[in-house]
Parts: sequence; C-alpha cells; structure tokens
Amino acid sequence: MLKDLLSRWPVYRQMTEGGDGTGPEAMSDATRNLLPKHYGADIARSVCPYCAVGCGQLVFHKNNQLISIEGDPESPISRGRLCPKGADSFELLTHPGRELKVKYRRPYSKVWEALDLETAMDMIADRVWEVREASFQENKDGESLMQTLAMAHLGGATLDIEENYLIKKLFTGGLGMVCLSNQARI
Amino acid sequence: MSPVTAFLTDSTICIGCKACEVACKEWNGIKADGLEFSGFSYDNTGAVGHSTWRHVKFVEQGPVIGLGGNALEFPAWGFSSDVCKHCEVAGCLEACPTGSIVRTEFGGVYIQPDVCNGCAYCVVACPFGVVERNQSDGRAFKCTFCYDRQKVGLTPACATACPTESIKFGEISELRETAQARVEALHERGVEDARIYDPRDSSVGGTHSIFILRGDPRTYNLPPQPRVPGEYMSAGWTSAAIAAGAMLAGALIAFLGDSRR
Amino acid sequence: MPGLGTSFGRGGSTTAPQDLANSDAILIMGSSMAENHPVGFQWVIEAREKNGAKVIHVDPRFTRTSAMADYWLPLRAGSDIVFLGALVNYVLQGERDFREYVVHYTNASTILREDFRDTEDLGGLFSGWDKEKQKYDPESWLYEGSPAKNTASPAGHADAGGGHGKDRGGEAGEMSKRRQDKTLQHPRCVYQVVKKHFSRYTPEMVERTCGITKEKFLEIAEVFVSNAGPERTGAICYAVGWTQHSDGVQIIRTAAILQLLLGNVGRPGGGIMALRGHASIQGSTDVPTLYDILPGYIPMPFFEADSHKLKDYIKKHRASTGWWHNFDKYIVSILKAWYGEAAAEDNDWGFNWLPRVTGDHSHFGYWLDMADAKLEGLFVMGQNPAVGAANSRLERKAMAQLKWLVVREMVETETAAFWHDGPEIERGELRPEDIGTEIFFLPAAGHAEKDGSFTNTQRLIQFHQQAVDPPGDCRSELWFMYHLGRRLKAKAADDRRPRNTGLRALTWDYGTHGQHAEPNIREVLREINGYTVGDGKHVAGYRDLAADGSTACGCWIYSGIFPTPDDLKIEQRKPNGRYGHGWAYAWPSDRRILYNRASARPDGKPWSERKALVWWDENEKKWTGHDTPDFTPDKAPDYRPKKNAKGDDALGGDKPFIMHSDGEGWIYVPSGLKDGPLPAHYEPFESPVANALYPEHGENPAAQKKERPDNAYAFSPGDARFPYVLTTYRLTEHHTAGGMSRTLSHLAELQPELFCEISPQLAQELSIEHGAWATISTPRGIIEARALVTSRMLPLAIEGRWVHQVGLPYHWGFRGLVKGDVVNDLIAISEEPNVRIMETKGLLCNVRAGRRPGGKGDLQQLKKEMNHPA
Repeated sequence: MLKDLLSRWPVYRQMTEGGDGTGPEAMSDATRNLLPKHYGADIARSVCPYCAVGCGQLVFHKNNQLISIEGDPESPISRGRLCPKGADSFELLTHPGRELKVKYRRPYSKVWEALDLETAMDMIADRVWEVREASFQENKDGESLMQTLAMAHLGGATLDIEENYLIKKLFTGGLGMVCLSNQARI
Repeated sequence: MSPVTAFLTDSTICIGCKACEVACKEWNGIKADGLEFSGFSYDNTGAVGHSTWRHVKFVEQGPVIGLGGNALEFPAWGFSSDVCKHCEVAGCLEACPTGSIVRTEFGGVYIQPDVCNGCAYCVVACPFGVVERNQSDGRAFKCTFCYDRQKVGLTPACATACPTESIKFGEISELRETAQARVEALHERGVEDARIYDPRDSSVGGTHSIFILRGDPRTYNLPPQPRVPGEYMSAGWTSAAIAAGAMLAGALIAFLGDSRR
Repeated sequence: MPGLGTSFGRGGSTTAPQDLANSDAILIMGSSMAENHPVGFQWVIEAREKNGAKVIHVDPRFTRTSAMADYWLPLRAGSDIVFLGALVNYVLQGERDFREYVVHYTNASTILREDFRDTEDLGGLFSGWDKEKQKYDPESWLYEGSPAKNTASPAGHADAGGGHGKDRGGEAGEMSKRRQDKTLQHPRCVYQVVKKHFSRYTPEMVERTCGITKEKFLEIAEVFVSNAGPERTGAICYAVGWTQHSDGVQIIRTAAILQLLLGNVGRPGGGIMALRGHASIQGSTDVPTLYDILPGYIPMPFFEADSHKLKDYIKKHRASTGWWHNFDKYIVSILKAWYGEAAAEDNDWGFNWLPRVTGDHSHFGYWLDMADAKLEGLFVMGQNPAVGAANSRLERKAMAQLKWLVVREMVETETAAFWHDGPEIERGELRPEDIGTEIFFLPAAGHAEKDGSFTNTQRLIQFHQQAVDPPGDCRSELWFMYHLGRRLKAKAADDRRPRNTGLRALTWDYGTHGQHAEPNIREVLREINGYTVGDGKHVAGYRDLAADGSTACGCWIYSGIFPTPDDLKIEQRKPNGRYGHGWAYAWPSDRRILYNRASARPDGKPWSERKALVWWDENEKKWTGHDTPDFTPDKAPDYRPKKNAKGDDALGGDKPFIMHSDGEGWIYVPSGLKDGPLPAHYEPFESPVANALYPEHGENPAAQKKERPDNAYAFSPGDARFPYVLTTYRLTEHHTAGGMSRTLSHLAELQPELFCEISPQLAQELSIEHGAWATISTPRGIIEARALVTSRMLPLAIEGRWVHQVGLPYHWGFRGLVKGDVVNDLIAISEEPNVRIMETKGLLCNVRAGRRPGGKGDLQQLKKEMNHPA
C-alpha cells in the first residue's frame, strides 16, 4: 500500500527509474493510463452527409451513444480524409441546438407548442387527406389526370435514396402529387 | 520501442480548408473560442492558443492574371497550418516547476492537465507563443500531439483528416528525408523559394513539427532563429557566479582593508 | 444534367474524382473545387504532383482553388460560353481535334437538314423559333433523313416540359437513319456547321467579353489543347458555377463539345467531372423527388404531350436503336413495383393511376403559385428555401399563404421559423397573428442514426450503417413516409373511387423492426433493385427486366445493387484495382468511367499504353481492362449491325455512346434541348453589357424571367442604379443554407459573419473600408455585409470599360450560432429552359458604404435605390 503510494510519487520514480524528471517518471496515473476515447468502441461504416464527394466515415459508438466520427482510411473515395464539415459530423449529431421534440404552431399563434409524435402523424395524415379530397382531379377533357396541385414537396438531395424512393412512390404514385422538387437541377 | 514521431506540414499543398482545426477540436473536445469576424483574409481564429491547437494562417499577396497561386513565380494566397513545434529542447518543459509537462515516448511534449497548476511559466518560456492559459480554469493548454491516439498506434486527428496530406505524420527521420526530397523536387520544378523549416541549429535543437514553406518563415509567424530561455541559463549561471565571486571579493577586500586600518 | 445527357447519353458525371489523378491537364471552371470539394481535390493535387498535370482555374474570383492552380484566369461572370466557345474555335481553326476519335465516335460526320439555320445566320436564333409561343420547334434541327416523331409535340418540348427526362439523351428517335461524310468536308456536316458556328468566338472576343487578354487566353488554350490525343488526356471539372445561369445547360454542352473534339471522353484522366454539392444530389435525380421524371430517368407522363395509352407513351419514348429500346421493360417494371398485383396488362399496368404533369410543377413553378395562395400544403425535408432558394424574400412570404407546412429537419431552420423570426417580421411585412399557416416541425434523424444510401458525385451508391438510435422524436424520412403512407392507405382502404385505385394498390407492405417500428430498409432496396414477380427472387441486373409484367423494379439503373438477399453490393467495402471496384457500387452495372469503350481505338486496342483503360481481348473474345466495360461485353469491335436491327444490336462494335440511338457522342444535339442544338452565348438576364455576339438577342430567348413586382429585374444591358456584377458562392467552412454548419460551433467560428468580397479599387471608389459594413441591393432585396477588401477581386476591362464584380457567400440567415443577412434575398427567381434552374452566378447589384437602415427603413431605402439612379 505504502509502496504503491510511494511509487506514484515522481521523485521516488525518478530515483528508482532514472530520467531527468521530464519523462515517464513524471507522468501521472491519468497520463499513464491514457487511452483514446473511442478505445474498444463499436464502429459503424458510414458516409459523410455534407457534399457529394461521399467520403467514408467511421462512426464510433458504444451503448447507443456516439463517441466520435472520423474518416474511413479504407475508402478509395476519400482515403480516410475529411474536410472541416465532415470532421465536424459528430457535433452535427450531438450539438445542443438540435431539436429532439415535435413542435407545433397553430394558425395565427405566436408560439410553438409541444405535440406528441403519433398525434402529429395523425394530424398530418388528416391534413393531407382533406387537401387531396378537395383538390383532386380525376379527369380532364375525358382523359385521366389523377392529379392534385394543392400539395407540394421540397427536398431530397440530403436524404437517402430509399427515402426519396418512398417519397416519390407515395406522393406521386399513390396520392397523385406532381409538385415535387429538390435541390438537384443539372 | 516506440517510434519517435513528427508532423511534416507541407504548406505548398495546403488548400486552407481548416479540416485540421476542426478535427483537432472535435477529437480533443475543445470549445469554440469566439465568433468574431477578424477581416484577416479567411482567418477568424487568429493564432494557435489554448483553444486552437491547429491554426491555418492565410497570407494574401495579390494575384496576377494568368498565374495561379501554384505558379512558380508567385504564391498569391498562401496557407499554412501552424501547431505546437514539440521542440527537441522545449522551453515550456524546462520552465515547468510542477512536473506537469513531460516528454512522451514519441518525442512529443505533453502537458498533463491533471498536474498543471496554472503557474504559466511555460507560457512565457515558449519561443513560438504556442502555450496559452485558459482564463476560465487557469491551466495551460496546447497540442497534445494526440498522445492518446499515438499510444494505440493511431495518427493524430489533424493529420488523419487533412484532405491533401499537407499534414503528414510519421517517424521523424523518415519525415526529414521526405521533406528533403520534396524540397529538392520543388527546386527542380523551379519553386526556388521552397524551404524546410526545422530549426535544428537554433537553441530548440530541432522540432517534431517540420514545415515546408515558400519564402520567409516570418510570413507564417515562424521565427527564423527561435530561442528557448534555457539557452541563457549557462551564461546566467556564469554571470551569477561571477557576480557572487565579485561580491565575495569586494567584501573580502573591504574586510581586509578595514582590518588593515 | 441534360447538358451531359444529350451530349453523351447519360446525365451523370462521366468520370470520378479519383480518375483525375490520371489527367495531364485539368480545367476547373464554374467550380471552386478546392473550396467546396476539398477531399475530392486531393486527386487534382496528386495529378499535379505525380504527373506534372497543369491545373487551370477560370473563375471571376481568385479562390482557394486558384491558389492551388498553375494558371488562373478571371472572367466576367456570365461570359463562360464565349470562353469555352473560343477554346472550341481554337481547336477547330487549328485542326487540333483528335480526328480518328472524332470521325468514329462522334456525330461530326452526320449531315444536317437543309432547312436548319444557325444563330450565325439568324442573328442569335436557331431556326424554328416561334415568336408567339416564345419557344422553338426543333424539327429543323434533326439529321437529314431522320423522320420526325409523329407526335403532337416533340419529346421534351411540351409546354410543361421539364428537362430531367432529357438526361436520357436518347429520345430523338430514328437517329440511325442519316447521311454521313467521313471526310468531314460536306458543308452541312456537323463538323463544318460547328466550325462555322464558333468562328466568331475568337481570342479577341474573349478579350472584349470575358475580360481575359488575348495573349493569356492563347497561352492557356494551348496548355489544355496540347494535353490531348492518344498519349494524353485532359479533364474538365464544373459545379453550379456553370449550372446556375440562364444558359447553364448550354455552358456544359460547350464543354462537352470541346471534350468530344479532343477525344477526352471515356478515357482515363479525361471526361467531365460534374461536382455535386449535396450528399445524394445525384441520387435524388436518379430516384427523383422531381416532378418531371420517374426513377431511372423515365419521363413522367405529360397530360398534353403523352397519350393516355401506355402503348403510345412507350412508342413515343422508346428508341428503336440504342439502349433506350428497352424503355418498355423499365416503365412496366416500375408500375409492377408500385402497383403490385393490381397492375395487369388489361389496365395498362396501372399507367393511368400515375398523375399527369400539366405545367411547371418545379420548385419555382409551384412556389409562385404558393405566393398567389394557390397551394395549400407543403412538405419540406432537408432543404431550407428561406435561405437557400432564389428570391428567398418571396419564398418566405409565400409560406405565409399556406394552410399547413410540415418541416422535417435537425434544427429549427429559417424555413420552420419564418413566421416568428426574420426580416419580414422585423420590417413589419409579416405578423405572426396574421399568418394562418399551421406548422408541424418534426425532428429528423441524422446520417449515423439510420441505415440508408447516398449516391455521390460519381454515381457511386454507398450504404451508410446505423450506429445509434435517433434521440427523442427524431426519426428517419423512411419512417415518416412509411407511417404516413400507412395512415393514408387506411383512409383509402374502403373508398373505391378511381382516385384511390392506385393508392389502394400501392405496395406498402414493408416489414418493420425496433421500438419505433422503423421500416426494413432492405425490403425497400430489394424493390429498387428489382425482383421477379412469380417467385420474389432478386434480379441480377437490369438485363433481367421484362415488359410482360413478370418483373418489378423501382429504378432500373440501380438494378444490380442487391442481386441476392445476402449480397448488398452498395454495402461492400473491399476495394481493389485502380478504380476501387469492390467498394460500393456505381450505376450502371458498376461502371466507374462511362463510355469507356472510347478508351480503345475502333479496332479495340488501347489508344496508347499510357492511356489504356478497357480493350478487346481477342483470345477471350470479350472486353476487359481496369473498369467494367460500358459496352456489351462480347460485342466485337468489328461487329456491324444487320439492317433493321433493334436496340443495342443496332449499334456497331465501335459505337461507345450506347444510350444514343446512333451510338455516338453528340457534338451537335439534334433533339432534346429547348434552347438550341448548339450553345450560343447569351448574356445573363441582368448584364452590364450588351451581347457582343448577337446584339439583337441579349438573353437566352427560351429562358424565363418570371418577372413580377416581387421578382423585379434591373434594366439590361446596363443599369445605372445597379452597376456592379454580383456573383454568389459557397465557402469551405459552411454548407449551403447553413442549417448543417451555422449551428455548429466549430464551423461557425471559422466563418462567423457574412462578408462581401470587393476589389481595393471598388472599395476606394465607394469609400468602403476593409472590415466595415457595406449594403448591397438589387431590385429584389437589400442586405448588409462586412467588406472584405481584397485584390483577389479584380476589376475587369470589358468592352473598353472597367467592370467591378462583387462576391457574396450565401450561407447566412437569421437562425443559428452565427447570423447574417440572407444573400438569396438579392437573387431573382428565373428559369433556364431545360432544367428550370435560377441564375445566381451573374446579375447586377448596387453597393454602398454603411449598414442598411434596418426595420421598415430597409424597404424605403430599397425603394429609393429603385427610383434614383446611383
């Protein structure tokens, strides 16, 4: 016990281990036991969400908590490298300004209100149904039109292709919405 | 045996993206240090300090039509990523009275945050102005050389991220050779002002952060002849000894003179 | 994308950033690649350091890319076609084209119709201009001998017509019926027509119009042109600096002509690199959330132009020769994927359950309707038009006219906050108590919180794995769409009106997992990949698809990403070889360099050892090499089609552009573009100078200004009130409209404030000090920014006078850690004719020293600027 305590005293260590007091003999326990914060973490293979270069990312996580994100050295697309935005992806997912709850604003209201997610989904489905009912045109000049122009969608270039697929399939193929657009042009 | 490692920052292929700054802050959990617009070209973080361990300097010299910034004749907009030099003879380490600052097995200079008491002797002892105290908790901070990562064989965060490999990391003697070959190649290509910055003949005795630059290192805030305070130590001790001797001699003379009376 | 699509056959980038490492010269124009694609730029650095490649950057500003280039040429924003046209002219006048490539692989030898008239004959218009309708009838643009398609309006030229369908490039029909002159001497052959067309695009014209001296132009032209031929290649990189112009598609077309003439397409180190700016922007056109196409660039049916019978729709869009002969298989397979068992031959596989397009339903088209209170509901997912869209003032105000708005985002963006925050509230133009819009803000999951795939700038589909569960109420869009769809299908379940037949039939039986009932993504991917209807087995690729209803496939070009249940190719991470095959999957068929058949000579041997990529193996009787051949694997170089052959069989063994009905690269585009078969220079809608080439037609005649009181324009050419050229751009440290960067401390601190870049000369003229405030205005809006006075901005001598350019990065808004005025308040909504993109890169503005007055004073100030010449 005493020896253990003593061995942590740099002067004792310097005397027994040699050195000039600036090397390992001067290291604290914390320094000696230092390990990278993602040591032993699980890794998900991911892709940077910013520009379209598509840099590979390693997402380190443990117990359903993110630990850090860095470049994937095996990616032939990026060779492990990231730009400042890609290097900030961990902050993107964990910063305090991120919204984690549904927010609802009534017509003419000055404030946001809280709303349960399932309720919000039900309400949105109701709104879509009402507008579609009121605006849907099955025919024009005797020909099939099957269209509503009263609802629109914007966005997609930051989403996954599977998500874009369901958006197009449901909105256009199912509901007859044609006003669909996203960032992509040329 | 751990390898002795170094950074080689080749500013001739730095694109000024600041990935190193962000990767460093993200890995080390450093907070942003202000949201002020500086007007110094695209640089708004100013300099290396307690909350910016990698810093990209932007040097605008004005372009010439027809010549890109990589033209032989004209580095029109220079970028270079600055960092702690991890000096071979480190002023901070020599000045530290608490044993907080240590040299790691990789050759880097590491401030142990749990030992540092915030005396700030290291701050004034650094010839590059790298070490700085965090005013909120008083302790001194600077680049750790990602000691935690190096311990398990990982590359420091900045060098991992750098998109163009402008920041290289590796065994120091190999990097010195790489630097030499690179500068020779640049000279051959006509980039005659390319040079290595690795002040081995100064009192810091060389660094673990080597740079390849174009032109005068002072453009990038790098002193051509950095000096550690310890350099004055032997002269200081000699002067002190002479002074002490002189005082002793004076006292002796006075005493003897007095006794003769 | 139609710029590339009509030229080469597909709208995707022809090459990959990694292949730039094999280039001998790289022209970066309309892009600041080092700035906006830093990690992609490593390959440019590698080319420079390893091959001694010459890097040329042409840009109005000296940027971080210019700083890494060997040559920088500043040009006046909006004069790109003059510069590129002059390069084409330089090649043609000096006969510097790669003749063997040009004769065999392009349509240079094809003879045009006698009634075709060029802009050079008609003072800036091509033949077929209908003054009344303000659009072209493109029939006279066809090849001599090609029958025109017998339809009410030619494909892609419907009034409502969007351009994304033209990415297919192959809709022209019977292009194989034509006459050719392989000597390229016939006065009406494409080569001679193009030569004549560009003959006035001279170095002198470049000097007058672009502001680049003749000598500098010639010096740099020689650098690029000399890096072509069998032993050498040059690449061109562009981004939205080209596309966001009123003639953006034609700028890209000019580059395509140049690359075809130099023989740089389909070869290592060559091609055109389209640098895209969002993680899946390529993916969101491939699997489109766009109004004018279905997945895989299948055109949406247009009410007027397309018949209501599937048979006629197919007849119209199917090509008899080339790959698009398979059109019927792809559309039927989509319909089977969407409508499942209900889709049968006797109901045209549900073709009439698809809505018909009746107008301009693009972003700007419907947003203007929204401003006029004609739209009731809006979903916004992962986009921030209140900051990022042109005329964002109008965009924000329009949302106040909605009944309801759903925003899905990770932060409360300006789009979600328009009703209680922002300039309109500050100026009293909008008051929350007057805004009836009901708003649902739903927090979104981030990329590491869900499985999914992005398609990157080089058509590479990469799967990203989920690491952790999304926090709180955050959910993926996959979850949102699935559960919304589930609710709506339930509402329609017992409702047998025709409008619900498609919705009821819609296949929506995806399984779910986990505590939030997240849909199983692999089931969605299986549908995108395609399967046989009978046994549900995954198809191996699009060659397995059929038109008889026996296969279902959500997006034919992606078919092959999931060939068996245990082989999700987009998730594979074992790269090998020069092009990283084994790492993810590039559409189509994992081809990394498109049209790579052109990397070999007509006889199948590489043009040179140095530039070998894909070649014919005589022993194995197949194509082989470093990449997957973009060609039928066993079609010999000497294969010649039989008369009346169809589809791919109709293309010879020396025809690399397999999507085109003639198998050739189109120097001249006979069909598919709305503003001409060849590029012609038009000035931006707002320009300081008249069009030096076509004085009678300053602007692209087919483009639309959408002019209205809330989308007003300066006079053009030259407006004393707005004398400076304005150009907008991005910075490395931020991302688009800022929702993913201004909210992050480590990025916000790097560029904390909006600034405008102006030259020392302009700063002196206007008494603006470095670092002080400046106010910038256009007829649309007024903003303030800190002045970054820098000699990286140079005044240019244009038409004998100095033209000043003002640069503004557009990332700031009124939310986030760092705030600033919205630059897009200055930009007009306008529409390029082919893809309806706005012009952001060249317009006019005024600049004054000092801050804007603030509050209501801003509007008074703007009024004053409009009424009083500066």
